[in-house]
Amino acid sequence: MDILRQIAVVLGAVAFLAVCWWAFSPKRRKRFEEDAKLPFADEELSQRSAEAADEKDTEENSAAGDRRGSGTPTADKNKGQDEK
Amino acid sequence: MTTSVVKTGSSPAYDYKIVRQFTIMSVVWGIVGMGVGVLIAAQLAWPALNDLFQPFTHFGRLRPLHTNAVIFAFGGSVLFATSYYVVQRTCQTPLWGGWLVPFTFWGWQVVIVAAAITLPMGLTSSKEYAELEWPIDILIALIWVAYALVFFGTIAKRRTSHIYVANWFFGAYIITIAALHIVNNLAIPVYPFKSYSIFAGTADAMIQWWYGHNAVGFFLTAAFLGIMYYFVPKQAGRPVYSYQLSIVHFWALISIYVWAGGHHLHYSALPDWTQSLAMIMSVILLAPSWGGMINGIMTLSGAWHKLRTDPTLRFLVVSLSFYGMSTFEGPMMSIKTVNALSHNTDWTVGHVHSGALGWVAMISIGALYHLVPVLFGRKEMFSVKLINAHFWLATVGTVLYIAAMWVNGITQGLMWRAFNADGTLTYSFVESVIASHPGYVVRFIGGGFFLFGMLLMAYNVFRTVTEKENAGREDNIVPHAQTA
Repeated sequence: MDILRQIAVVLGAVAFLAVCWWAFSPKRRKRFEEDAKLPFADEELSQRSAEAADEKDTEENSAAGDRRGSGTPTADKNKGQDEK
Repeated sequence: MTTSVVKTGSSPAYDYKIVRQFTIMSVVWGIVGMGVGVLIAAQLAWPALNDLFQPFTHFGRLRPLHTNAVIFAFGGSVLFATSYYVVQRTCQTPLWGGWLVPFTFWGWQVVIVAAAITLPMGLTSSKEYAELEWPIDILIALIWVAYALVFFGTIAKRRTSHIYVANWFFGAYIITIAALHIVNNLAIPVYPFKSYSIFAGTADAMIQWWYGHNAVGFFLTAAFLGIMYYFVPKQAGRPVYSYQLSIVHFWALISIYVWAGGHHLHYSALPDWTQSLAMIMSVILLAPSWGGMINGIMTLSGAWHKLRTDPTLRFLVVSLSFYGMSTFEGPMMSIKTVNALSHNTDWTVGHVHSGALGWVAMISIGALYHLVPVLFGRKEMFSVKLINAHFWLATVGTVLYIAAMWVNGITQGLMWRAFNADGTLTYSFVESVIASHPGYVVRFIGGGFFLFGMLLMAYNVFRTVTEKENAGREDNIVPHAQTA
């Protein structure tokens, strides 16, 4: 049993270090900076959704909801920083 | 069909109806749950209040009603609202799931009403925070599976490549609560609303506190950290301080929390090594907890001045301060020598409420004040001054509450273990109850402050939602493009 405990401790430590290495490695830094801006990328869509939720006619709502466009959801992705 | 859809012609609108429903019910259930809390606080100060309508208004029956209402009705509604909102916005796609989505809302309301009926009737499985009897438990399990399908179904059809960190926290919370709820409530039903746990003795206690502590860890912590990682950056208008830290935060927090439950059973029949393990894991838990708190607070670096003018942001940031405080206090209380003083005293109650009022409720309130104008297409809340008043009521109320419980808890702990030279107890139990009375009155006042703040919020939300025009400021109908 003791050997199992020791293996578990080592594996736990390795897992933790691996997560740290993966998160902090310089080559992923740029990518995470972009990912952090995700909450700011969809203002227009959110506004439109609030208007859509005001519409009384739920049938039409779902029709609008079902429409699958080929839009560019990430087009306004970089406007996040100076939103406020 | 709407002009705006034609105008942009692309991505389908988010499902904000469900978010609106849960948002409104959060405020309603918050007032109900906290109202019952203030009532039972008054019962402890003035016991005659137990007799309002016996046996239904006895403290022993209303206390689980209070805990279930604030955790699962108020907290649960907040989490449904925010997780449905965040997952749509960061995946840039409406919710998946069709009829499952309204099922989670109406099902959850049925569960809450069923709890409000059965608990005062004395129908309870007697497991703390899992008191509801088996038919309700089965309904909760079904709703939770639907919730998981909707949430992960939405993530599966996301239109962004990355899954934002808030969704990781929400996802971990949904999966873990499903496992906790099902395992802890495994029981043999004997007749409707009566069942016996399939676990026995110490194993039953360990399962119960594995459940109980991880309800704190995943329902009241991980999920609300999901709120933090979305709403603090949004309200501050800048991305989270360190996205890399948020990844380490996530994995460290969820892998350590599950080991800490045994600290609820210090000095019990639980094997000593299990207690020590729980103590050590609880102390280690300080590191990821504070890492996350620092990540949230530092998001404001360079924008501290916003705290002066924005009470919503103040709610969010002060909640993180209380989070830091209670995640320091918790590991400290889990140390066995400290626990020898604090166990079964009001200190525990104070600790819970520093987390529940200071962290969970305050970050929820901040998120709701952010959410309501966005969901209803308003520039901001009806009255920012009322948000500010609410902020101070909530802060003062929380501080009064926890200070009273610290004084009471340490008083009780010291009186209970005071011995005379001949080995007899210095104080009888009832003497410690008498010594606690002033603290109970202060706690009632603090809770009353907090509840009054919630009533201001209900008024503010009502006006924001119903008023299409604010003639005085002419700003309430302006689309929220500038603020959201």
